[in-house]
Amino acid sequence: MAVKKQASRLMSILSELLHYKYATLGLTILIFLVILSIYAIVTIPVTEAIKLWRSADIWSRNPRNAQPEFVEIFYQKKLPRTIIISIMDANLSKVKLENNKIKATGILSFYYNYDDFPSEIIIFFNVNYSESPVVNIYWIRPDNEEIYLKSLKLRRQDDRYYLSNDFNLENNLNELFMNKLGQRPSYVVTVEKGLFASFSSNLQVLKGKYNIRFEIIMNEGDYFNAEMVIYGKVYGIAGTDHLRRPLTIALLWGAPIAISFGLVASSLITLVNLIIGTISGWYKGTIDAVIQRIVEINTILPFLPTLILLSTIYKIDIFVILACVIALSIFSIGTKNTRVLVMQIATYPYIEAAKAYGASNWRIIFFYIIPKILPSLIPGMISAVPGFVFLEAGLSYLGLGDPFLPTWGKVINDAFSNGALYKGYYYWVILPTFMLVLTAISFSLIGMALEKIVNPRLKEL
Amino acid sequence: MIPKGFLKYMIRRSLSLFVSLVVAIYISIVLANLGGLVDEIIKADLLMSITMQVRDNPAYKYLSASEKQEIINKLYQSALEAKGLNTPFPIRSLYYLRDALLFDFGRALYLTSDTGSKQVKLIILERLPQTVMLFTTATLINFFLHLFGGLILARHYGSKIDKVIATLAPTSVIPGWVYGIFLILIFYSWLYLLPAGGMVDYPPPLDPISYSLSVLKHMILPLLSWILSGLFLGLYSSRTFFLIFSTEDYVEAAKAKGLPPRLVDRRYVLRPLLPSTITNLSFALIGSWGGAIITETVFDWPGLGRLMSVALSYPDPPVIIGEVIIYAWLLMLTVLTLDVLYALLDPRIKIWGE
Repeated sequence: MAVKKQASRLMSILSELLHYKYATLGLTILIFLVILSIYAIVTIPVTEAIKLWRSADIWSRNPRNAQPEFVEIFYQKKLPRTIIISIMDANLSKVKLENNKIKATGILSFYYNYDDFPSEIIIFFNVNYSESPVVNIYWIRPDNEEIYLKSLKLRRQDDRYYLSNDFNLENNLNELFMNKLGQRPSYVVTVEKGLFASFSSNLQVLKGKYNIRFEIIMNEGDYFNAEMVIYGKVYGIAGTDHLRRPLTIALLWGAPIAISFGLVASSLITLVNLIIGTISGWYKGTIDAVIQRIVEINTILPFLPTLILLSTIYKIDIFVILACVIALSIFSIGTKNTRVLVMQIATYPYIEAAKAYGASNWRIIFFYIIPKILPSLIPGMISAVPGFVFLEAGLSYLGLGDPFLPTWGKVINDAFSNGALYKGYYYWVILPTFMLVLTAISFSLIGMALEKIVNPRLKEL
Repeated sequence: MIPKGFLKYMIRRSLSLFVSLVVAIYISIVLANLGGLVDEIIKADLLMSITMQVRDNPAYKYLSASEKQEIINKLYQSALEAKGLNTPFPIRSLYYLRDALLFDFGRALYLTSDTGSKQVKLIILERLPQTVMLFTTATLINFFLHLFGGLILARHYGSKIDKVIATLAPTSVIPGWVYGIFLILIFYSWLYLLPAGGMVDYPPPLDPISYSLSVLKHMILPLLSWILSGLFLGLYSSRTFFLIFSTEDYVEAAKAKGLPPRLVDRRYVLRPLLPSTITNLSFALIGSWGGAIITETVFDWPGLGRLMSVALSYPDPPVIIGEVIIYAWLLMLTVLTLDVLYALLDPRIKIWGE
């Protein structure tokens, strides 16, 4: 019966909430964030998320600091995606030479139709050999110009060739462009530009089919696989960071962390403050004086610096941070409002009546006073959530967050410490900040509407 | 002439606050020493200074290394005893408390002050003025902006601008440092108008006028971020506050008398509300000391907050502990100052004192 009554009351509050346009907006955002959180938790379990976020090898085929794909709208041109092509041993055409040697030839080809140059080019080899094979690599452009890249002696099974760092190649390409144009080009010829630009006085991407020819001299019985990665400049919905990790993981996982941290901190602190404030206001006298003194001490004990102090001494994760935040807020200044309110309520007739029939102090506090005040604190509790969301983000920004979990604050921290604002990687800062703001605004809108429902005097204003 | 009751109240209040401060500092020392951190710092500091003394003392110049070590050990042991560091923690902690109250925070592990000193006290004192300058300015600007803006809005209740501000009020949950990030993006990365961080140009201008102009230029964005962050909610709540109180009977009576609206505002709305606006100011100031840490880090402002995050990155515990204590002092002084103001403005307190 009571449950039913509570439920119907909740429904009526909810329907009243929807009368406010901004509350509807807030709820919509919140539902979106909750769906996002559930999606994150279901598709990427927490251990998986941590593993993905903390391992470097998994992402070697991702571009570094690539922008999200949607930025193309602002550039009005098609930015390069990452192209990965590979050649298998079985597809090589092999010719037998003397001394057990084989000359294998293979061609990799791909179409390049983007309006900008790639960010990086790496060839990953996967070979098995009895004697180091020698690889000659030729780059054949759509204009049929054949460029000799390098002759490599592979020294490891998983050897790599970083084209972008090859200074010899860069010099050769510069010479090539000087010969073709008859003068030094007006632009700087880097490896990527040298390989992908057309021979013209202004910088232009040469679109079309590119072929890369491998000529390998190896022993019989050896095998040779190669994978060529032409790193793009855009990646996925959210781009990548300096360690090639997709930001999507952190942006997704940030949502459940931020929302649960904010809600748990806010509701527990509201509850604890309510109890302390009620005790202080009800008992008056010595207990009140002692509690008020503790509140004063708590005010003087600086919150954030103390939190920082604690987190430098002890290696802490998000649960310890949460516990510290709550512990430091038990006797916060918020108890004072409740105390004053309780002093008023204590004079109400129904409390007098309770006292008259001999109700104990605890009974009056927990059954008569707290249930009366609690509803009026809900709006404040919801409005306080953003504060804790930003507190967590701020701590992560200072490098004090959970050491394993990917959070929005951590992404902002990474972005700042890698000079994102100076190097032009704006998406890196804007996306996590935007998520933070979205979360905060949703709770704030709902809190404001609830405030008006609970406190009708504000409705007229 | 200061009334006697007021004086009595003030003395009682300062004493009570000071006791709270002592307890707060003691708590932070106990917290810091849960893992023996303070002990380690102080012992290392002591050993270091004794080693230096022995090394630099010409009398010991011709002694062998092991002999020197013996002297060092002896001096170290007696110094430990003299400083009471061999006593159990409850007693030892009182020595720490005394040092903390005397601003003797020992020496930093890594950081140095601009003058090259490793004294935590000097490092912190060097940064204090910058923080106070930036955040007191920001809080005061906010305070007056909200007060008078709220009055104007209350007078134009229901107008378009009033509605716009009410709609924008929820944006104030976003803290200053987040606004700071957006402001840096706009004014530095995009428009190239203002510096992204720091306090003066590099190299600092030599003549005082262009130096202060340069400081002002660097202050714009941090100030703006704090003003923007508080603006809409501040205006909205002070306007709502004034609206609620301008329906009181005595205000209606003043209006009915035909007094000009300005006079009504000043005498019948503002004056009785002054104590509670002062309370708001105190909350804002208390909040500003904490919020300063992240904002200063975003703007690279060389104040206490930036020092904190630098100390954190090493980490340099003596500096962090010193900062906690300094922040406690700042909070205590803020509360005390506002109590004084409160007492001056609220006539009831004067009567209580007598």
